Amino acid sequence: MYHDIVIIGGGPAGLAAAVSARQAGAGDILILERENELGGILNQCIHNGFGLHTFKEELTGPEYAARYITQVEELKIPCLLSTTVIHIDENRVITAVSRKHGLMSIKAGAVILAMGCRERPRGALIIPGYNPAGIFSAGTAQKLVNLDGYMPGKEVVILGSGDIGLIMARRMTLEGAKVKLVAEIQPFSGGLKRNIVQCLDDYGIPLLLSHTVVDIHGKDRLTGVTIAEVDQNFKPLTGTETDYSCDTLLLSVGLIPENELSREIGVSLSPVTNGPLVNEQLQTNVSGVFACGNVLHVHDLVDFVSEEAESAGKNAVRYIQSGGSAADSISFSEIPLRTGGAVRYTVPASIDPQRAQEETIVRFRVGEIIRGGYVCIYADGKQIARRKRQIMLPGEMEQVVLKQKDIAGASGEILITTEVAE
Amino acid sequence: MTKNLTCISCPMGCELRVEQNQSGAVLSVTGNLCIRGDVYGRKEVTAPTRTVTSTVRVTGGNKPLISVRTKTDIPKDKIWDCMERIKTASAAAPVAVGDVIIEDIAGTGVPLVATSPANKLEGTNK
Repeated sequence: MYHDIVIIGGGPAGLAAAVSARQAGAGDILILERENELGGILNQCIHNGFGLHTFKEELTGPEYAARYITQVEELKIPCLLSTTVIHIDENRVITAVSRKHGLMSIKAGAVILAMGCRERPRGALIIPGYNPAGIFSAGTAQKLVNLDGYMPGKEVVILGSGDIGLIMARRMTLEGAKVKLVAEIQPFSGGLKRNIVQCLDDYGIPLLLSHTVVDIHGKDRLTGVTIAEVDQNFKPLTGTETDYSCDTLLLSVGLIPENELSREIGVSLSPVTNGPLVNEQLQTNVSGVFACGNVLHVHDLVDFVSEEAESAGKNAVRYIQSGGSAADSISFSEIPLRTGGAVRYTVPASIDPQRAQEETIVRFRVGEIIRGGYVCIYADGKQIARRKRQIMLPGEMEQVVLKQKDIAGASGEILITTEVAE
Repeated sequence: MTKNLTCISCPMGCELRVEQNQSGAVLSVTGNLCIRGDVYGRKEVTAPTRTVTSTVRVTGGNKPLISVRTKTDIPKDKIWDCMERIKTASAAAPVAVGDVIIEDIAGTGVPLVATSPANKLEGTNK
């Protein structure tokens, strides 16, 4: 079996990539999706707040997904559902399995990686104590409540103030649970202000910053947790321990791009994002393999996932149309995008100044809160842009536009950095 | 009377201080860096509203639940009445996105609509 473009994952990234690839002229596209319906994580994100940038209105997750699923259906883009990709090799031969079709081998002209991310589990946190029932990642609890119709518990403590944790604090409260508190080890929340106000403040749920769980009680079922304040090095402060009874602990402690398949292909990953290192075409180091959405780097807003995926879709079409080996494939005149100041990483990580489109969107995150600072771009040491930002937060993705005319002559490196006002 | 709020109009998250007189009229909003904070502060202390999202049981469907929302914002103090009503509701499959599940939820005049679809259960799934 051969297809021009095979998209791994039918969530927001995969759907937007498919639609844009079709609109850019690709006739032969296939979406492979592990679940039995399209939409990915949006299906369980039943709260509103999606799509303000893309559709200029506030949609819920399933409604946002439906907009793209409708387009995929109208454009007659084929999808294989309940189909799990188990391997992809460096020649873009995909091995997939499903109950209906058994084992399949699919050769792809171009592959778009759109597998999304998963939650950091308890094991990554090194919390002592038994492993009783009642400890869930926030997203698992979200699936249980919103898709399966089960309540994970009655008395809840939430560790981590990421958006999923905040959303679940409200959701569990509305469904009748008592959410006692949200503990956050950092001195600031990684969640959106809007969620802190509308999910915690509205329901009187306290947010304890610089606090974490230091002990878990209960053997068969969780009976409580011990919460302590931490110092600047995240070390628990003796004497600050407080016990809270609860039957449920939700963990909202970060997301990790799901790149097992990417590794098998031989795609180089960034140690910062845990996602592929891509050039300005969102192409990885393996020719014809593109990446977009949360598998590339964890986004805060789905609107930016869609935008990025549209770009990946178009670039995959260009790759196919150029025969996969012409100037549009891996280039030796790419130069790196370096990070400075509080910038932790950039997507893309490299750019070919000659090949780049008129404008390239560079997305990044900062490692600390910066008020009244600037995002600055230097090409070979010369400043080409200096953009004011009222505020930059670690929890919110930033972006800056790189103009081709400004970097056309660059041959060394592009530096993306933050500067604070004198 | 003074209320302290966090503005949610943008990532700045200005800490607002809203002064009201005895009858609740807003005297001043301070702490905001732009006009949006003023608008938010006034609305939030006089007539706060929220969109409520939840789930409703499906009968005869291929999934146990559909997701629902109030079509527009409702008064914040109606959230719990709204949830009580949602808990007793059910919807018969098939359900399409946008279908009205409850015409007027908790006397708000706002309909509750489906945000995810459910198909009829097919008997030949084994």
